[in-house]
Amino acid sequence: MQLYLPIADIPVNVFLILAMGAAVGFVSGMFGIGGGFLMTPLLIFIGITPAVAVASVASHIAASSFSGAIAYWRRRAIDPMLAAVLLVGGSIGTTLGVLTFTYLRSLGQLDLTIALSYVALLTTVGALMFWEGMRAIMRVRRGVIAPRRSHNWVHALPLKLRFKRSKIYLSAIPVVVIGIIIGFLGAVMGIGGGFILVPIMIYLLRVPTTTVIGTSMVLTLVTMLFATMLHAMTNHLVDAVLALILMVGGVTGAQFGARAGQKIRSEQLRLLLGLLILAVGIRFAVELVIRPGELYTIREIGVTE
Amino acid sequence: MSARRLIAVGAICTAMFAPAQARAERLIVSVSNHRVTVTPNYSGEELVLFGAVEKDAATPAGPINYDLVVTVSGPRADMMTRRKERRFGIWMNTDYRQFVKVPAYLALFANRPFDDIASTDVQRRQQLGLTNVLLTQRIGPDFADVVPNDPFRRAFVRLQRQRGLYREDTSAVTFITPTLFRTGIPLPAQVPIGTYDVEIKLFSDGALVTHTETAFEIVKVGFEQFVATSARQNGFIYGLVTAAMALMTGWIASLVFAKE
Repeated sequence: MQLYLPIADIPVNVFLILAMGAAVGFVSGMFGIGGGFLMTPLLIFIGITPAVAVASVASHIAASSFSGAIAYWRRRAIDPMLAAVLLVGGSIGTTLGVLTFTYLRSLGQLDLTIALSYVALLTTVGALMFWEGMRAIMRVRRGVIAPRRSHNWVHALPLKLRFKRSKIYLSAIPVVVIGIIIGFLGAVMGIGGGFILVPIMIYLLRVPTTTVIGTSMVLTLVTMLFATMLHAMTNHLVDAVLALILMVGGVTGAQFGARAGQKIRSEQLRLLLGLLILAVGIRFAVELVIRPGELYTIREIGVTE
Repeated sequence: MSARRLIAVGAICTAMFAPAQARAERLIVSVSNHRVTVTPNYSGEELVLFGAVEKDAATPAGPINYDLVVTVSGPRADMMTRRKERRFGIWMNTDYRQFVKVPAYLALFANRPFDDIASTDVQRRQQLGLTNVLLTQRIGPDFADVVPNDPFRRAFVRLQRQRGLYREDTSAVTFITPTLFRTGIPLPAQVPIGTYDVEIKLFSDGALVTHTETAFEIVKVGFEQFVATSARQNGFIYGLVTAAMALMTGWIASLVFAKE
């Protein structure tokens, strides 16, 4: 069934988009991430311009993280205080991100920036996760218990706050900074940032695993809602029809993914996720290096006097 | 008017020897539909342009070979064309040109190749063919149309042709009788909305005899168009609605799947 996407301005097959939404939803449910880093590239590969893909995926991630956040809220697995502090940074970061997005687009370098950011971020994070997953598996094989360092330099920073539900006593500075970075990346790259945020919160801030995913989902939800609004207001690039199909596919896929995820050991899960992230990063790198089939692009910029 | 045109196109000799030869062919044309509505499942359509060459007493007797060129130009917009080049080992946009107020849709139809209809000079003056159509570029502070083999111009025309928005067909106009003609105007799915001007030029022996104009309008209707219009005009409300839709979908999903 063909459907014309009003903003992306191309006809697409509804079932293809639904299937993509479901597939990414499955992965995101399995690993407890938003899946934006997979969805945006997939949309770009089927011919939707990177700008529309980034802007529309934001609302799709908002939907899937909202359904996730509700589930975590019921289990009391969200730290409201931590979420609030993260959001302060997140809002600043998202605003900066959307402004950067608009500026890069006017320069004609948006697509390149998106591709370069994907390469840099995904290959790094993917390689780190893969490495960490390998080490964890080795440790399990050898029966060694992971060494647990309780404090690092982050805990020496001032402006300490008490996060009751997570049972941690932590400076607000790194939390806000992390919020800014995630918000910025989310707006520019069309990712929720969960796959970066969760490891940072665990390893750097030492947030307990019980509250980490739920809290990161709240940040993702709010920054992505905010990004949707800003993209809609400044660039008019949010394709609501595309977003709705993705959401429906995504939330359904996520449920099955979550069940599948429970059957796999966590270090294997991390290894798989690392590989997946790495693969997407490499795909982007290859795209940048090989000579494109078409060197020219046209963009209508309206009538300027 | 037509006599002046004759001189203008370089047929000075004819005009000198026959100053009273004010040929008075008239063109009568009509398109099959003056208002095309594009619905969400629109997959392209073809308009038909009909017309007749009407002669009067001043027209020289005997059979005359007429040639017709139909130019359809859609709404105008500025287009940015960018070129990728290899820099630091990666392919990135470097150089660019801005085409100023060029038609978003442009079609040129004729009954035979432009080279057979008129001389190169006339083709250039009358903008016959995609290589001769005026496509103004902004080059720094200046506006100019460049040579037809300018790489940006060629790339622009080629890309627009690939999208079916620019077309040239020198066998599209058919004469049903020596004076009655028709041509199809294909409108692909991604036609921009707006007013389309149709200019019909009648040639005989390589010179312009007369010309006439008509127009049609393309309007998009339905949900998709509503979405596109609101996204552009009411960004704030559109954003709010999209955000609310995301929350609703997430909430419904959590209700549906929570019970299991």
